[in-house]
Amino acid sequence: MKNLKFLLVGIVFGIVLTKSEAISWYRIYEMFKFQSFHMYGIIGSAVSISMIFMFLFKKGSIKDYLGNQIHIKEKKKGFIRTFVGGTIFGLGWALAGACPGPIFVLLGNGVISILIVLLGAVLGAFIYGLLSKKLPN
Amino acid sequence: MDYLLQPWAWYISGPLIAFVLFLTYYFGKSFGISTNLETMCTIAGAGKISDYFKKDWKQRDWAIAIVLGLMIGGFISNSFLINSSVNNINAETITDLQKLGFTYETGSFVPNELFNLENVFTLKGFSILLIAGLLIGFGTRYAGGCTSGHAITGLSSLQLPSLIAVIGFFVGGLIMTWILFPLIF
Repeated sequence: MKNLKFLLVGIVFGIVLTKSEAISWYRIYEMFKFQSFHMYGIIGSAVSISMIFMFLFKKGSIKDYLGNQIHIKEKKKGFIRTFVGGTIFGLGWALAGACPGPIFVLLGNGVISILIVLLGAVLGAFIYGLLSKKLPN
Repeated sequence: MDYLLQPWAWYISGPLIAFVLFLTYYFGKSFGISTNLETMCTIAGAGKISDYFKKDWKQRDWAIAIVLGLMIGGFISNSFLINSSVNNINAETITDLQKLGFTYETGSFVPNELFNLENVFTLKGFSILLIAGLLIGFGTRYAGGCTSGHAITGLSSLQLPSLIAVIGFFVGGLIMTWILFPLIF
């Protein structure tokens, strides 16, 4: 059961996303309408505190549980890929009111119809895979 | 205990998400959810159709464990940590949604108009959710990450591609909310 710890990490994440209402379709709509600070507060404070962790990882002050240096993977570069891909994702995020994490959390919350969004998302990833070599970077 | 049952404030939730990121790195992996969509393609046999998916998905079984945990976490919250009927959604948001034909039920996460099983099995209802999914799956993989991988991990490690991606997330989200919603609904 080497993956038990990751299962627990997922459970904590799932509870936080539910209790913070980050999985709420209404919260996402409210965020894009600039009618509440809530989602900005969640993302902003998560990023700010993660920044401290990232700094300590890079500095080597915090090692992983085996005592190894923690490396942060570099994201693929390319303006078109990140901007166009990001915009396409944003359209879907606002329409479904859920990003990939919350899709699974909503399923656990008993929102069965989110399975259609999940089906679409897996198909979307599949289409990307088929086209990946032909798409501009 | 009552405090647990209430919706959690942003200044509790945000730091807890950072803690989840910390745990993932502490256990030797990177934080991000959308790569799992590709892993699911690989598990479903997409490697037979495209080399892109010819990967050993067992290398990512830890991430599948996180996804399973997300579902269990949602189930636990819903069963034992249920929100009391507190409404924190802005009244203006609710009025705006009413104009588009959405009703807000206190404590619900998704509108019936989109997610109710009756509405899901109409052509329009099904198409909306499927297209939303396609946009999410294609967009995150092209961009190389979603809210967790780009917005949280990428921004906090000061990576320029993630800043561009997050700007894209908002451009897309604003276009959908402000321009396309009134046309669709």
